[in-house]
Amino acid sequence: MQRAGRSILGRMWGWGHEAHPAKRTLGRPRDAHVPKVGPMQEDGPVAKKGERMNIVGPGQVPQTAMALEQVVEVLDILCPMHVIIAPTGHIVSVGPTLAKLRAEQGLRGAPFLEVFELRRPRNLVSIADLMAAQGLKLHLKFRDRPATAFKGLLTPLPGGAGAVVNLSFGISIVDAVRDYALTSADFAATDLAIEMLYLVEAKSAAMEASRKLNLQLQGAMIAAEEQAFTDTLTGLKNRRAMGHVLDRLITLGRSFALMLIDLDFFKAVNDSMGHAAGDHVLQQVARIMVEETREADTVARIGGDEFVILFDGAEDRAVLDRVARRIIGELEVPIPYGGQLCHISASSGTVLSGDYAEPKAERLLADADLALYTSKKRGRACHSFFREEMRDETPVGPAQNVGEPGESDAADGEVSSGAEIRPLHGAGRHPLM
Amino acid sequence: MHGLVNRAIQRFVTDTYGAALWRRVAHEAQLGFVDFESMLIYDDVLTPRVLDAVEAELGKPRAEILEDIGTYLVSHPNAEAVRRLLRFGGEDFVDFLHSLDDLPDRARLAVSDLDLPQLELREHAADRFSLTVCARKDGFGPVMIGMLRSLADDYGALVLLERRAGGERAAGCVNSEGLDVIDITLIEAGYAEGRSFDLGANVGLGA
Repeated sequence: MQRAGRSILGRMWGWGHEAHPAKRTLGRPRDAHVPKVGPMQEDGPVAKKGERMNIVGPGQVPQTAMALEQVVEVLDILCPMHVIIAPTGHIVSVGPTLAKLRAEQGLRGAPFLEVFELRRPRNLVSIADLMAAQGLKLHLKFRDRPATAFKGLLTPLPGGAGAVVNLSFGISIVDAVRDYALTSADFAATDLAIEMLYLVEAKSAAMEASRKLNLQLQGAMIAAEEQAFTDTLTGLKNRRAMGHVLDRLITLGRSFALMLIDLDFFKAVNDSMGHAAGDHVLQQVARIMVEETREADTVARIGGDEFVILFDGAEDRAVLDRVARRIIGELEVPIPYGGQLCHISASSGTVLSGDYAEPKAERLLADADLALYTSKKRGRACHSFFREEMRDETPVGPAQNVGEPGESDAADGEVSSGAEIRPLHGAGRHPLM
Repeated sequence: MHGLVNRAIQRFVTDTYGAALWRRVAHEAQLGFVDFESMLIYDDVLTPRVLDAVEAELGKPRAEILEDIGTYLVSHPNAEAVRRLLRFGGEDFVDFLHSLDDLPDRARLAVSDLDLPQLELREHAADRFSLTVCARKDGFGPVMIGMLRSLADDYGALVLLERRAGGERAAGCVNSEGLDVIDITLIEAGYAEGRSFDLGANVGLGA
């Protein structure tokens, strides 16, 4: 079938199928054929001047055939991926680079639409449609594998002698150079293919360097954030982190408990045994609180000796009370430091998000503070839940007398020495928010 | 100076003399860090300080070190990307030489803030060229010598290179510290096999 087609075409076009030079070198002007200007070129933009047609020199008997062969020579250099199609739709000749893509089976003589699938425009189905598609952007694809995609542009040859389709790889260039082992000699010097490959490679290298930098910066950012949300002395979350967790619990509508714990007699330890002892005590306190709570709970140090524990999903007062008492009990176990024992205790107050129609962080903290104040008033080492009445019981302003000896009903043998006197915060506004 | 330049010096030192020596260099140069980042811009004073420290560590003249850096960039497997990007410039060595004028612009296409020296090739005969290297900072001339020598090997060409200090200032090359002219004599274009260059070797791999 192909053989027959080829010989018919050969006769029709006035040259044998060997007429197409097997090998051409591109991009090397010294090796390139310099075709004589024939009637085909004269038929170009200047043809309208009519008389130019007569300038063609004498002695060009097989004019059309010669001219076409010359056109092919020109196209092979300028457009190494062109296809010349006969009016019947058979491939007459292909440029050297396109020939290289199907070197084994050869393309000449094959019906164009059997070799290439016309993807767009979709309404082109017949060879007649194709011939009429002058100037349209064609999207084509090899029907067999590798199914390389092409962009194409068709222009008819004069005198109904068929058409030239110039192809380019477009974006498939990257796969094409790999699939067909193309070299820069396969592209016309004016083709931007090599520049495109260069850019792809250069940009990939630059992107890779940027990606590495980004990863490194991201790691540094995570570490910085971690640090920004961590109390470096105890390793607990800090006030800012607690605020974020609290906001998140509220936003998600979780039921949770907020427990405020304030150390008693810590200042005495700090003053009498030094800051190093104080720091050690704080670290032990943090350890105890983490041990006595679950993974899902948030333990934060929000002030010098003030802690918040957020119990996610906690609703049971009895359980919370037990946890609070257990923590206080643990904290009262004397902590050894430098051959001495540090004695501290703690008071705590708890609010439950479920007690509020619309829990607000500021309100929860303020109410927990009131409950804590009540615990202090009750004589330290106590745990209280917030109750509405506490708002009325609380004196306005700092409760200077809290913890004064004699007022305590939970005298546990520790002598307060008065160093523990510190202001508690009035209701309504938590100083940490 | 662009991180890519500083990073190239670091990788040359690390790949050639080991990471321990580089750490000493970073310390002596008082960088305050060990690793340069390719995609950051550093203060111009750091690069000469690093080169001073390398010079002191290796006990080698500065020009020799710079030339070795040029050689490293083209021939070391860890710098293969550089070699490939340079080989995109031309099919053979002469073709490549003619592409050098475009090199700074090509580099800028990929990394817009990379300011490479201005290069200008003059052809005196088919086998005699001179390359003017006009840089904002001193030191690129010897690097270029090392690169050209290795690229000639890469293409399989036999060349003679000679560096002239000073020389004719190329048009537009003003207020620059680094001005070098390199005389290039092509003895044989196809002297050796050279290394192959596969256009599609790296494309599509994403890195």
